[in-house]
Amino acid sequence: MRAFFAAAVAWLAAWPVWAENVTHFTLDNGLEAVVIEDHRAPVVVHMVWYKAGSADERRGKSGIAHYLEHLMFKGTDSMAAGELSKTVSANGGSDNAFTSYDYTAYYQRIAADRLELVMKMEADRMRHLQISPDDWQTERDVILEERAQRTDSDPGALFGEQRNAAQYLNHPYGTPVIGWRQEMEALTRDDALEWYRRYYAPNNAVLVVAGDVTPDQVKALAQSYYGPLEPSADIPPRARPQEPPQLAERRLVFPDPRVAQPYVARSYLAPERDPGDQKQAAALTILAEVLGGNPQTSVLARKLVYGSGTAIYVSAFYDGMAIDDTTFGLAAIPAADVSLEEAEAAIDTALAEFLREGIDQAQFERIRTQIRASEIYAQDNTQALARRYGEALASGFSVADVQSWPDVLMSVTEDEVMQAARTVFDRRQAVTGYLTRPAEEATQ
Amino acid sequence: MIRFVLATLTVLCLTLPARALDIQEVTSPGGLKAWLVEAHDIPFTALEIRFRGGASLDAPDKRGAITLMAATLEEGAGQMDAQAFAEATESLAAQFSFDVDDDTLNISARMLTENRDKAVDLLREALTNPRFDQVAVDRVRGQVLSIIASDEEDPNAIAGRSFRKLAYGDHPYGSSLNGTAESVKALTREDIFDAKARVMARDRLVISAVGDITPEELGVLLDDLLGALPETGAPMPPRAELRLSGGVTVVDYDTPQSVVIFGQQGLAMDDPDFFAAYVINQILGEGGFASRLMEEVREKRGLTYGIYTYLAPKDLAETWQGSFASANGKVAEAIAVTRAEWARMATGEVTDQELNDAKTYLTGAYPLRFDGNGQIAGILAGMQLNHMPIDYVNTRNAKVEAVTKEDVKRVAQRLLNADALRFVVVGKPEGLSTGASN
Repeated sequence: MRAFFAAAVAWLAAWPVWAENVTHFTLDNGLEAVVIEDHRAPVVVHMVWYKAGSADERRGKSGIAHYLEHLMFKGTDSMAAGELSKTVSANGGSDNAFTSYDYTAYYQRIAADRLELVMKMEADRMRHLQISPDDWQTERDVILEERAQRTDSDPGALFGEQRNAAQYLNHPYGTPVIGWRQEMEALTRDDALEWYRRYYAPNNAVLVVAGDVTPDQVKALAQSYYGPLEPSADIPPRARPQEPPQLAERRLVFPDPRVAQPYVARSYLAPERDPGDQKQAAALTILAEVLGGNPQTSVLARKLVYGSGTAIYVSAFYDGMAIDDTTFGLAAIPAADVSLEEAEAAIDTALAEFLREGIDQAQFERIRTQIRASEIYAQDNTQALARRYGEALASGFSVADVQSWPDVLMSVTEDEVMQAARTVFDRRQAVTGYLTRPAEEATQ
Repeated sequence: MIRFVLATLTVLCLTLPARALDIQEVTSPGGLKAWLVEAHDIPFTALEIRFRGGASLDAPDKRGAITLMAATLEEGAGQMDAQAFAEATESLAAQFSFDVDDDTLNISARMLTENRDKAVDLLREALTNPRFDQVAVDRVRGQVLSIIASDEEDPNAIAGRSFRKLAYGDHPYGSSLNGTAESVKALTREDIFDAKARVMARDRLVISAVGDITPEELGVLLDDLLGALPETGAPMPPRAELRLSGGVTVVDYDTPQSVVIFGQQGLAMDDPDFFAAYVINQILGEGGFASRLMEEVREKRGLTYGIYTYLAPKDLAETWQGSFASANGKVAEAIAVTRAEWARMATGEVTDQELNDAKTYLTGAYPLRFDGNGQIAGILAGMQLNHMPIDYVNTRNAKVEAVTKEDVKRVAQRLLNADALRFVVVGKPEGLSTGASN
């Protein structure tokens, strides 16, 4: 099925390569910049990434990073509310922004000869945001509607939010990026401006420009528009509360009458990629691919979908790009006459067998082939490449870390993957959840 | 207030796409036609194959057969079962995908130059010699049934299904191309072979390729890949009669936020007024934060996270549609504002600035689409499906530029009608009930 196939393709597209066309420099005010050249089409992507995400929020103010992201479109000393997007659009471009745990990013995609126009506006709002008293309350309604659309209307999203909150005993990764509703409802213009003043400055930002440009062009433009901006003297260190030892497995059941297809999901606390030390994360990345990457040939698919027929779909997922401890996830949608308990038991049996049997040599080779090929396919998508560099640099990684990642992946041995599996599958650090219909309506 | 002068005064240069896009028509020795853009800088080729008719060619009482068939193409072919086929694909690092929509069955392939011949051999087996083993059909059927069950409880899917049914009744456009649980459970292995024979024939093929391949190589590849397909399949489905009337349809569903789909009659891509309608739609609801609906419903009132409209010129019917989601307590107001904006646009009055901004966006955004082999191959397939000439890329922006204020007025008055707009609302909307008008 295409819907299920997409995950594997996305995995392939995710690797950054083509190092020879990447240039990196830093302005005197601390702004770090990356230029990725691709002259095949007259297009440029211009992105600014701030090293501030929801995991940097103060407790009780959840959602402020994302709320400010919305308010960043409300004008500056010299631009009216909405003018930036309208200007980009009137010039044939598109723009948007996104917030995550570890960063907030803004981007425009536009004809390459309009780079100066968008850079001028993006630089302007880095230090000169204005939020009119009329706009902030309306925009708070908009983020509440966004939460209703993305989360409250989707039992799977609510389930994910609850599991995540259970996964983290202390770290702010357990709080949803969009915020808890009751805290969002109480956010104010002053909260937003306080956040803006603390984090939005050139020495807390990463500029990425990708497309039909030269590094010299970008340097000159960046110097004239971002160069004059004052750095901030008091950007707080990103020292978030860390996890204590997790000693007890957590289990939860989430019943919702809107659930048509129950499933079981489990996540284990897992180490993240670290700057200069990416080997363990690389092993976990390959482990996820071995266990659940391909819907036909992965270990869990072979055992549960094609073997016993216990599940109609399985997956394993891990993304090491994070500042603090992340998670390794497993999920299964049971076949029609199989209970969630049976599906979970089948996953555990399959994992135990895998730990005994080890990795199939042929599968390991096929995965390595795809890592190499992904370096070719990735060249066709410059925007994805830009995103990869921006995300990494905003999370504290270096250009060298990004560029060495494919080599680190290729250096991982089967033993290292198995060692990573034995370490990560610790039930004391795991959350297991059942998404199901309420008991009286259950059909199983 | 000081504003950047750059913004509103620029006139976009229209020599687009700036890198001349050299589209060649290739005819294979066996007579198959394809559009090709050679791009030898990255060692792979993107190939897009379309079969016209898509899921609308489902036989009577076999709804869902073509979707299930397409999803089972990669589940075993020739000597290979599903896993052997997947292993072979992985070993070549080729990427194949198969999917279906109302008007086409779509196959996308990405093949490395170094092993392209082997990748073609593999794909040919799936296209011309699929096994459709009973066990594979049953396994994929289980996945489809799971999706059907999920769609039963998904407000967006419920809204889409309700709107289709209202708009198109018993025509294939009127129901989900996945079929119903009942129709899918009843499909046999023979039905799957029959579904393939109905849609996968050479007389309805559209092909495009972009990448590291020459016209001669492509010609040989096409015969090799597709030459063994049957010459013809089922006759094309009839046109669909649009049965929408103005008003509100409420589908009761317990969720905090209502999902709304709305629409009326649209127009075909070959209608002489199409580009005027395209510009009007940009001003009304497709321009993101620049659109009237986004301004009125989101920016001024905070009634939604996003509202969009679009022209949907399908092969067999045309609509002008839109969608948004609003809290149950606010959705009635959001619908009232939307209907008022629809009526305002129906007068055809737009400012010079609105018209110019829409045109500069549409003409400026067009070349930005051509930024990757896969992207370009998809666009070339779409152009052929819509019967556009091979030089369309070079003439398209002039057609947008040619739209005048008078055209906008005339076409808006001709097409838009707020009283004919049907809103399908899924949720617990306050102050709304089903009726001819509200």
